Amino acid sequence: MTYIIRRLFQVIPVLIIVSFLVFLFVYLSGDPVALMLPEDASQAEIENMRKVLGLDKPFIVQYGIFLLNAVNGDFGQSFIYKQEALGIVLERLPATFELMIASIIVSTIIAIPLGVWSAIRRNTFVDLFISSSSILGKAMPNFWLGMMLVLLFSVTLQLLPVSGKGTIYHLILPAITAGTAMAAQLTRMLRSHMIEVLSQDYIRTARSKGLGSFVIIFKHALRNSMLPVITIIALQISTLVGGALITETVFSWPGLGQLIIQAIHARDMAVVQACVLVIAVFVIVVNLLADLLYRVVDPRIKYN
Amino acid sequence: MKWVKMLLVSKVGLIGVIIIILFTFTAIFAPLIVPHDPTEVNLGKSSLPPIWLDGGESTYLLGTDNLGRDVFSRIIYGSQISMLVGVCSVLVAGLIGIPVGLISGYYGGLVDSLLMRIVDSQIAIPSILLALVILGFMNPTLLTIIFVIGVSSWIAYARVVRSEVLSLKEREYVKAAKTMGVRHSFIMTRHLLPNVFSSIIVISTINVATSIITESSLSFLGLGPQSISWGSILSEGRDYLATNWWVATFPGIAITVTVLGIILFGDWLRDVLDPRTEV
Repeated sequence: MTYIIRRLFQVIPVLIIVSFLVFLFVYLSGDPVALMLPEDASQAEIENMRKVLGLDKPFIVQYGIFLLNAVNGDFGQSFIYKQEALGIVLERLPATFELMIASIIVSTIIAIPLGVWSAIRRNTFVDLFISSSSILGKAMPNFWLGMMLVLLFSVTLQLLPVSGKGTIYHLILPAITAGTAMAAQLTRMLRSHMIEVLSQDYIRTARSKGLGSFVIIFKHALRNSMLPVITIIALQISTLVGGALITETVFSWPGLGQLIIQAIHARDMAVVQACVLVIAVFVIVVNLLADLLYRVVDPRIKYN
Repeated sequence: MKWVKMLLVSKVGLIGVIIIILFTFTAIFAPLIVPHDPTEVNLGKSSLPPIWLDGGESTYLLGTDNLGRDVFSRIIYGSQISMLVGVCSVLVAGLIGIPVGLISGYYGGLVDSLLMRIVDSQIAIPSILLALVILGFMNPTLLTIIFVIGVSSWIAYARVVRSEVLSLKEREYVKAAKTMGVRHSFIMTRHLLPNVFSSIIVISTINVATSIITESSLSFLGLGPQSISWGSILSEGRDYLATNWWVATFPGIAITVTVLGIILFGDWLRDVLDPRTEV
């Protein structure tokens, strides 16, 4: 219990530093007033706008105001959409979630059989083939993989849509694109973990009891490997979000990735701030939950 | 000699090294290799397919793009950006991450907590997102991109160096040096740093690979250096995927093969430098 409370308290400085970074980006990005006012605005109008936005105050005061507003969910208006920035971000969030969940499903569907198979056929041709493929999966840039999938399945075979969102068919290629790197990593991790588990005493006991190898592998060994699988997914959530953001731009998927890249190009800083903070909070929460889950499920882990 | 022998024994490491040597060679001697000027627009030769397909021309090995520029020559030149950004951004990352890890692990306490919270907060922002946001207000030039990728990837160094220093500082020789009143900075640079060096080499290798991918992603998103890079060729080829598939395909293969080579070399290095990880 004390551990949980301590861990929760650790989150607060992290959030403060993240918010400071986010504020700093915008502070360094220069005066937004020039973008907000018409080009023929007079000096007095500019000064007035700066006062209204609080840009004439010292840096640290500006940060304080930003932090207070951010805590209340107020990141200001997007000057492109003429709406609350947070609202726009939250509107786009479900699409990104959908893509991420689909890519996690894809990566586990690929990784579990491959990881198990290469572990039980250790040091054979199958193992070598699976291991090489997983290194290849890590080496491919995901946006290129996405384009190649489009080239094969949409342009040449005309089986799946090129881009956009709507049916389940729209989801297949983006999910594979965003999930491949994770699948590669999970496969490698699962392989080494399964090899370790399969040499344990209780597996030998199960074997000597005459249990079939299918039962041993899936009921005894794989079950024990699920915890590290979940942990890896959670710890990699930051990378996964990054991959999803890029995948979205390849497939014109209407999520956060598309939104933030448009916002960066247009210097719509309210949206950029809201986006980064929402993503950061999400990653922090997932990591925290994974950490706690890990300790709840496996009491052997020490509370340090 | 011992190293060369070890390399020859490990086929995987050897493949990695060969790819890396080829890549370096290509980047350095690009002007001598290319059959065409990579920026030369020749509308009369636009959208030529690769040499082995119908309509391919002998000097355009991998075809041309919609402006008639030679794809092969562009890929050869693109290797320079990847190499430069890959290596230099890793230096930037190391220059930030290694001192942070050393100080954090050595001093512990409040300094450690503070530095580690900074690390945690950077983990919370996906590195590609961080790079994108910083580039949003800096002009994407070669230098800023190196800086940005470095800044968004130093945490790996900080974490690994810190955890190794935590165990190293309990060793006798470090304790002895402390008791004798040796300066902290001396202990860190002369006693601790050399002992974490092999880990640093391994992380750096993997980091070069990640940086190359990050650079190509940024270029793909239109925030790369304003010169020929693998990501930017890919991005240009994207609009012509249905007709000129080769423009987007080959730079991707170049990235994949290069990154693959570096990963294989990195895996081999880890096995060689750290016998503990051997199963």
